Amino acid sequence: MNEGITGELLATQIPRLRRYARALTRNVQAADDLVQDCLERAWRKGHLWEHGTDLRAWLFTLMHNVHINALKRRQPETEPMVHSDYPDPRPIAPDAGLHLRDLEQGLARLTPEQREVLLLVCLEEMRYEQVASVLGVPIGTVMSRLHRARERLRTWMADEKTPPLRRVK
Amino acid sequence: MNKPLSQERQDLHAYVDDQLPPAARARVETWLAANPQPRRQAEDYAAIRDGLRALYAPVMSEPVPERWRQRPREWRRPLMALAASVLLLLTGTWIGLRLGPVADLPLAGVPHVVREAAMAYAVYTPEVRHPVEVPGEQSEHLVAWLTKRMGVQMQAPTLETLGYALVGGRLLSGDDGPGALLMYEDAEGRRVVLYACRNEDADRNTAFRFAQAEGVSVFYWLEGALTYALAGEVDRAALQGLAESVYRQIAI
Repeated sequence: MNEGITGELLATQIPRLRRYARALTRNVQAADDLVQDCLERAWRKGHLWEHGTDLRAWLFTLMHNVHINALKRRQPETEPMVHSDYPDPRPIAPDAGLHLRDLEQGLARLTPEQREVLLLVCLEEMRYEQVASVLGVPIGTVMSRLHRARERLRTWMADEKTPPLRRVK
Repeated sequence: MNKPLSQERQDLHAYVDDQLPPAARARVETWLAANPQPRRQAEDYAAIRDGLRALYAPVMSEPVPERWRQRPREWRRPLMALAASVLLLLTGTWIGLRLGPVADLPLAGVPHVVREAAMAYAVYTPEVRHPVEVPGEQSEHLVAWLTKRMGVQMQAPTLETLGYALVGGRLLSGDDGPGALLMYEDAEGRRVVLYACRNEDADRNTAFRFAQAEGVSVFYWLEGALTYALAGEVDRAALQGLAESVYRQIAI
């Protein structure tokens, strides 16, 4: 008899879900709402989850669905600033180190789809096939979103490296 | 439609993400060694990945809210859930206790007084600093004020002999106008609330009725111009003792 989901099982995944949600929304409250909605759905559909299958993938799939529903409900976000894709973005000097703040701002400028792929790959270290199954898109889409996300961030970070114009007082 | 990403680029990402089989990995390494531009790209991608991990690593060690470890029944709107279950369990739960003149109340349509009392209990008893608007020390003022606002003579029954002191009271807005809430507390800090609102069916009195849900017990009854409900997380016998005492003090 399949006993489905348990509190202990879910608890093992909560920190990951929360980290992912935080990076997706970059807002503590919105992220926790997302986690909560996801957990609620997990309980409701817990009987559908089979023991021994990948719980993380199942939960991230739930969270993805909750997330896109939330996006649909909301008023369209302020348009992310579109950066023309440089053919050869200035690279980040390896010794300069990344400015995490810049990175966070850069993350905010990605489309939600790019952000999801990038975070599942970088934070969750999911294999591309798994990302494709979690997001319900072909693997080719995963790869092109990943590429765009990385190149956009790279461009952004490179731009941030250039000294800002001095403000005239 | 987007063009598919070139194999070369796919390999570059897969290299950074360590998703290549050993042979392919070695091939990409050789290629990168000879080509500074994709090498820089790979380095940037890795730096972005490490940056993201550093940025969000602290979230992993935040304490998990206790409510997330439970089934979500109690989560979302604990007060509504509490009130709803009071309503559900209420149906037909009678006790044979009869005090004074009694008339039957139709079981369909639970009085809103119960919902309001349960809600008031859930909302106000956890309050530490502002559980009441007027403290019990000013009980005369409290009674005068509530009487004026309710339009009916109010009383603040004394429950000292049963170990409960008056904390104070406040005015609430109920379905049918104003409601009066009195809060009592025992030596251990256990609180009960006595809620009164207008009895639309004036002059119809009833026996006590009892409901229990989620550990909260409610006795309610109609008496003259008012409907009363006493709610608390104490055992039924203790609450009944309190309800009887209130009843005796209020019944004219």
